[in-house]
Amino acid sequence: MASHSESIIREPLITGKNITYAQITNDVLFPVENKPNKAWWIGFIAASMGATLWLFAMSWTFWYGVGEWGLNKTVGWAWDITSFVWWVGIGHAGTLISAVLLLFRQNWRNSINRSAEAMTIFAVICAATYIFGHMGRTWLAYWTLPLPNQYGSLWVNWNSALMMDVFAISTYFSVSLVFWYTGLLPDISAIRDRATGLRQKIYSVLSFGWTGSVKTWQRFETVSLILAGISTPLVLSVHTIVSFDFATSLEPGWHTTIFPPYFVAGAIFSGFAMVQTLLLVVRKVLGLENYITMFHIESMNKIILVTGSIVGVAYITEFFIAWYSGSEYEQYTFLNRFIGPYWWAACMMYGCNVLMTQLMWFKSIRTSIPIAWGLSIVVNIGMWFERFVIIVVSLHRDYLPSSWAMFYPTWVDVSIFIGSIGLFFTMFLLFLRVLPSVAIAEVKLLLKSSSEQAKKKLIEEGHLDPEQVAYYKESLTKFDSVELADYDKV
Amino acid sequence: MILGLFDDPDEMMHGIEKLQKNSVPIYDVYTPMPIHGIEDKLGIKESRLGYAAFCFGCLGGSVIFSIVYYTLVHDWPMNIGGKPHFAMPNFVPFTFEWTILWTAFGMVFTFFYATHLFPGRTPRVMDLRATDDRFVIAIDAKGNIPHDDITRILQEAGAVEVKHNDRKYVSYE
Repeated sequence: MASHSESIIREPLITGKNITYAQITNDVLFPVENKPNKAWWIGFIAASMGATLWLFAMSWTFWYGVGEWGLNKTVGWAWDITSFVWWVGIGHAGTLISAVLLLFRQNWRNSINRSAEAMTIFAVICAATYIFGHMGRTWLAYWTLPLPNQYGSLWVNWNSALMMDVFAISTYFSVSLVFWYTGLLPDISAIRDRATGLRQKIYSVLSFGWTGSVKTWQRFETVSLILAGISTPLVLSVHTIVSFDFATSLEPGWHTTIFPPYFVAGAIFSGFAMVQTLLLVVRKVLGLENYITMFHIESMNKIILVTGSIVGVAYITEFFIAWYSGSEYEQYTFLNRFIGPYWWAACMMYGCNVLMTQLMWFKSIRTSIPIAWGLSIVVNIGMWFERFVIIVVSLHRDYLPSSWAMFYPTWVDVSIFIGSIGLFFTMFLLFLRVLPSVAIAEVKLLLKSSSEQAKKKLIEEGHLDPEQVAYYKESLTKFDSVELADYDKV
Repeated sequence: MILGLFDDPDEMMHGIEKLQKNSVPIYDVYTPMPIHGIEDKLGIKESRLGYAAFCFGCLGGSVIFSIVYYTLVHDWPMNIGGKPHFAMPNFVPFTFEWTILWTAFGMVFTFFYATHLFPGRTPRVMDLRATDDRFVIAIDAKGNIPHDDITRILQEAGAVEVKHNDRKYVSYE
C-alpha cells in the first residue's frame, strides 16, 4: 500500500521537492502537449533524412535485387544478417526491463519501462525490414507461412531454424506490442482527459474508453503480471532461436552449443547500451531528470557491466573449446579472427565489448553522464562487430583456400544500415511527441514510498538510525538532480 | 452521482471505510493508478483472467503442434537423411512460441471484452481529474439519502471536494 514507507538506505527513485501527482502528469505530458523544441527538430530532421536514405536503398534492393549487395560465393551471409541480429538484440532490453524487472519487483523499472518497450518495438521493426529485404522477392514473403499451396502439398520446412525464427520474431513483436499498448491505456486516458477538440477525440479512440475503475485496474494488474511472466521466457527464447540460425549449421565458428546463452547475454548487453544512449539524451532534452535519476543510470550501467562480463566469459570459453576440440578447422577459425585480414574487426569486438565495459567497475565512471553515454555508443559499435566477426569472419575462409574471399559492403549495404538507424530514431522521436515517454501511473505509485521528498520527511521526523541516514545522505551525492544543501540542516 | 474527490490515496481508503461504517453503498472508485488492497476493502472478487490465459495457452500450443504434425508427419513426410519424421525436438520452438502468442492475445482480448474496452468506446468518465491527481469515490445519489450526510462523511474523511453531478458521465459532450 502507498502508506508503507521504504527503508531509508534505499536510494530515491523520484527526486525533487514538492512533487505532486499533478506535477508528474504535467512533467511527463509536457512534450506531448506542447510544441517541440529545437533539439527535437534537429534530431527529427536528421533522423528522417536517414529514414529517407533507408527508403531509397531498400527500394533499390527491391528493384535490382540482392545482387546489389556485396555478397559473393564464399560470403553468402554478411551485412544484412549482422544488422538483423544487432537490431533484434537491442530490442531485448525493453522486454527485460518491462518483464523480468517486474517479476523481480524492481521498482526502478517504472520510469524507464515505457520508453524501453517502445525502443524494443522500433528495434524489432528495423530488424524485420532486413528479413523482408533479404528475401529478394519480398512479395512472396507469405511463403514462410504454412499455407496450403498449389505445389502439391509441399509445406514449409519445420526442421529449419529459419522457420523457427519466423515464429519467434513474429510472436515477440506482437506480444511486445500488446504488452506496450495495454500499459499505455491509462496514460493515453490521462492525455485524453486534459485535451480538447480533435486531440481529445483521437486520444479518446486510442484510450479504448479507459476509466480507471477498481475492476479495470485489478484486471490490468493481472494482465501485466501474466504478460510479464510469459514475456520473460519469450525474450530468452527469441535470441536462443536467432542463435540457432548459426548453431544448427556445421560451420566452424558457428557450430557451438554455447551460442544460445551467449547470444541472450549479448542481446541484453547491447539493448541496455541502446536504452542508455536514448535515455541519457531524453532525460536532458525533455527535462525528466527527476524521474530518470542517477540511480537509474547507475543501475543500468551495472547491468551493462554484468552482461558485458558474461559475454567476456563466453568469448574466453569459445576460444578454449576451439583449442580443446582438437579440430584444426575450428582452431583455425578462431585464430583467424586475430591473424587474418579481419583482425581489426575482432579488435573492435573484444576491445569494445569486454575491455571497455570493465571501466564500469569504477563508480565515478558509472555515474558520469558523458562517459556513460560514450561507453554506451562503444558497446553498440562493439556488438555490431561481434555479429560481423561471427558471421563474415567465420565464412570468408572456408575449407578450400582457392575460394577464400573478402567481403566488401556496397553503398546499398551501408545505406540500408545507416538508414535503419534513421528509421529507428524517426519512430522514437515521433513516439516522444505523441505518447507519454514515462509510465505516468506507475511512477505515481512510487511517489509516497520511494521519492526523495518522502524520505526527507522521514529523516525530519527522526526515529531513524543515524548511521543509516548518513549512508543515505552519502548516496545522494552522486545525484545530479538533488540539492544537497537541503540536507545540511536535517 | 455524488463524487468524493481526494488528493491522497490513503485518505481515500479512509473515506471508503467511513462510508462503509455508515452503510453507504459505493458505486465505484476511479483512480489514476492502481491502489493495492482496495479490492479486499470493496469485496471485489479476484480476477479470473489467469484461467483464461492458461486455456488460451494450451489451445495455442495444441493448434500449432497439430499443424506441424499434420504437415511434417502425416501429409507430406520427407526423408531427410533417414531421420524420423516425427522429430519432436523440432516441434518445441513452434509449440512454445504459439503457446505464448495465444496466451497473450487470448488474455488481453478477454480483458478488453470483459472490461468493455475497445477503440472508439466513449469513455464513461465522472471526473476528468480521475486520470490525473484525484482519487474519486462515486456514490449513486438515487436512494442514498440524506445527501448532506454523505457529503459530510466524505469531507470528514479528507475529501478536498465533493461534487453532486446531475449527469452520470461528464465525458458525453
